[in-house]
Amino acid sequence: MSVLSTPAGVARAAVLDLSAPAARLRRERLFQAALMTATLIALAVMLTLLFDVLSDGLGRIRSEFFTNYTSRRAEDTGIRTGLTGSLSLMALVAGMAFPIGVGAGIYLEIFAPNNRFTRFMQINIANLAGVPSVVYGLLSAAMFVYIAGFGRTLITGALALTLLILPVIIVASREAIRAVPPSIFNGALALGATPWQATSKQVLPVAMPGILTGTILALSRAVGETAPILVAGAVFSRRADNEPWNLLEPFGALPVQVYDFIKRPQAEFQIETAAAGIIVMLTVLLTMNASAIILRNRYARKR
Amino acid sequence: MRSLSRTAAVLAASALVLAACDGADEEPAAPAPAPAPSTSTPAPEASEELSGSIEIDGSSTVGPLTDAVAEEYASAQPDVIINLSISGSGGGFERFCGTGDTQFSNASRPIKDSEAELCASNGIEFTEIRVGTDALTMVTSNDSPEGLTCLTTDEVLRIWGPDGVDSWADVRDGLPDVPITIFAPGADSGTYDFMNEDVLDIEQPRQDYNASEDDNIISQGISGTAGSWGFFGYAYYINNTSAFRALEYDAGDGCVAPSPETAQDDSYKAARPLFVYVRNDALARPEVADFARFYLDTVNSVIGDVGYIPASDAELAEARAAVEASIGG
Repeated sequence: MSVLSTPAGVARAAVLDLSAPAARLRRERLFQAALMTATLIALAVMLTLLFDVLSDGLGRIRSEFFTNYTSRRAEDTGIRTGLTGSLSLMALVAGMAFPIGVGAGIYLEIFAPNNRFTRFMQINIANLAGVPSVVYGLLSAAMFVYIAGFGRTLITGALALTLLILPVIIVASREAIRAVPPSIFNGALALGATPWQATSKQVLPVAMPGILTGTILALSRAVGETAPILVAGAVFSRRADNEPWNLLEPFGALPVQVYDFIKRPQAEFQIETAAAGIIVMLTVLLTMNASAIILRNRYARKR
Repeated sequence: MRSLSRTAAVLAASALVLAACDGADEEPAAPAPAPAPSTSTPAPEASEELSGSIEIDGSSTVGPLTDAVAEEYASAQPDVIINLSISGSGGGFERFCGTGDTQFSNASRPIKDSEAELCASNGIEFTEIRVGTDALTMVTSNDSPEGLTCLTTDEVLRIWGPDGVDSWADVRDGLPDVPITIFAPGADSGTYDFMNEDVLDIEQPRQDYNASEDDNIISQGISGTAGSWGFFGYAYYINNTSAFRALEYDAGDGCVAPSPETAQDDSYKAARPLFVYVRNDALARPEVADFARFYLDTVNSVIGDVGYIPASDAELAEARAAVEASIGG
């Protein structure tokens, strides 16, 4: 019986037991080879890209690349504007999107009455998760730059990215909460807990790994977004740092910085410096994804 | 459970911090900088320490030049923060004249009448500053026919005009029957406008060509296709001279190659002026006036690195006089 416990085992057992004709066995192997090729193609493309970027850009990764602002000379240029801008944006976006997104997820999954309005909201949030990012940029440009009067500043960029990833966080939170067995919630209620106590003390701790993973993956998507922050007014160059508490300052961002490098006519900018910028961006992304995994494992252990 | 409440507490605290910091502080509270080193700036305010922030938007051609000047300015006046955006000459004027939230606007062409009217209707007076020159450069692949080195205005019209031909043999007798493949800027580009309105004086060119707003795509297309033709700013040519062949241009007085000399003495007829526009009322701010002066004093020392051609001394002197007049008035 144990051989039947995994899908691969099932497949192998089926092939052996039925003593299938040679033609069918061959087809089976062909199919497996095709699946294997599909996996290898994806992997090969990614490795080629990674190798290309690393071989072009690693030579430029020095401490000055992080501490210098942009320069007309490729060897002196740096990404300080973009790095401080992107890190500030991330801090602000995390601070705004996490409480709002998780709150909305909890409400919709546990407290919202099952009526037409709730279903209308749920459908809309699911649809919003698929709206192209530039639309959020345009919305923020209209809403925050002009109507709210924030101008083309850090808070406008952070709000644009927050709007962009809120639906993703809400959907991820709902999925994570739904995956918690209802018996936990009901058991808490049966022992006299209020619905909020049952949610905060029992359901949320169990759901938290999933919620955190969803949030951090959404955040790392936001780091790489160019269109919404360009529309929200990210600058190409400024020789000052962004800090998350200076909300009304103009801001830079890593993807805009890389875009600027690629647009310059000199080959050293287009190839080496741009690749170095991409490496920094990838490092930020991978660090965030790694922290998602670490956080998830920590919560899973503590439970 | 405990760690959850701790996380919640941290989040709540950061939310409070965020809310508390909403105050508008334009000036970063940086420590007082060391006295500015006495650089080559003869401007009278050079010794004074200025602060503030300056917003600049506009042409992607002029943007790198302004950024190079801003780079030099950062060592002269480290507390003046220059925020440079790039949304094209037209996009820059939209902010400069429309919303009015920029003090300088970069432009690779003179301001259009419609844009000047918008400025006037919003009560924005401005001064035009000539900062440099660009030579619109026509290029072809290194693999293109040998005889293809120079084009007259009529021949360019035959290639790029609304009834453009498809073979080099139809452009000039003696050229082989090789198909023409065109890679050129799209209709949103100031370079496209300049080619049509100022070089050729046509309403609209042919539309069956490979259009791109990205000069890298254009230069890759041209270098990889025998019989290709296209054009872009001089910077793209001078930084990649081995990738393709620049074509000389004959506007009636013989073939002239694009170069700093021919663009400056006006013998190359496809040269275009590069401008920075400044709001007159913003010049009342000392840092804005100082940067305008600094720009004109410094531009020729950085323009070669960026890949453009210096404006003549007479043009720079004229621009300087215009800036001083606007500062004084």
